[in-house]
Amino acid sequence: MAVCIAVIAKENYPLYIRSVPTQNELKFHYTVHTSLDVVEEKISAVGKSLGDQRELYLGLLYPTEDYKVYGYVTNSKVKFVIVVDSSNTSLRDNEIRSMFRKLHNSFTDVMCNPFHNPGDPIQSKAFDGIVSGMMTQTG
Amino acid sequence: MADEAPFQLLHYELLQYIYKAADGGDAEQGRNVTKLESMGFRVGQGLLERLTKDTARFKDELDVMKFICKDFWTCVFKKQIDNLRTNHQGIYVLQDNAFRLLAQLSAGKQYLELSPKYLAFTCGLVRGALCGLGVKSIVTAEVSVMPACKFQVMIQKM
Repeated sequence: MAVCIAVIAKENYPLYIRSVPTQNELKFHYTVHTSLDVVEEKISAVGKSLGDQRELYLGLLYPTEDYKVYGYVTNSKVKFVIVVDSSNTSLRDNEIRSMFRKLHNSFTDVMCNPFHNPGDPIQSKAFDGIVSGMMTQTG
Repeated sequence: MADEAPFQLLHYELLQYIYKAADGGDAEQGRNVTKLESMGFRVGQGLLERLTKDTARFKDELDVMKFICKDFWTCVFKKQIDNLRTNHQGIYVLQDNAFRLLAQLSAGKQYLELSPKYLAFTCGLVRGALCGLGVKSIVTAEVSVMPACKFQVMIQKM
């Protein structure tokens, strides 16, 4: 259901990025990259706006003609980005939320692995499995 | 209470392990403290990731420090920090009146000079957690009367 899932480090370099293999990979890199500005904007808006939105889930970042981009940021400023197909209208906000939740849980496990070096690209098979599950699942 | 003892025992065993591997002069002593500190740093980073999974985003630095004093401390030491003070210019002093890792030591002055080795891991722990939250800092500890302990956190502005 998701076409691209990315994890971006605090310093804004990719820790993990995967997209469906049939399509143009570079385009997704580009989409994710451009979404970072929106994420930054949402984070820095905390405290200024009226509704003090401090949830980890950032919601829909921006829609394009073909895709919808959703964002999530952890307390350690690691960003998760999920890109879904716009044609997939059945996908609810709640489902996206739970996908991020799952992703975050798995990411936490990766971070707590003593053999993983924080800041290195994610090479965990368990994490890979979770991501694959989200990409193939039909919504 | 029951899950507290294993951590203390493991911590003592860790000290034993580090200090047995190297017995030597002052230079060696410093290196051991550094080693313990960096171990704590990594643990702090991992632990933080787990503890902040369900909390809202932090508003500012003070919010972060409060989290360390309450949730983080409770998770590791089963009690909160007793006193948090700040000069509002990037220095925070966290006081724990009955620091768990020192509680088993004699309260006199006898072991005062050994205290750095019991505090290094915790200093690293705090520094790691703060670093995970995007706050670069230097953490030092001092003891004047045995089970009480003060941690000084100096935030480094970027």
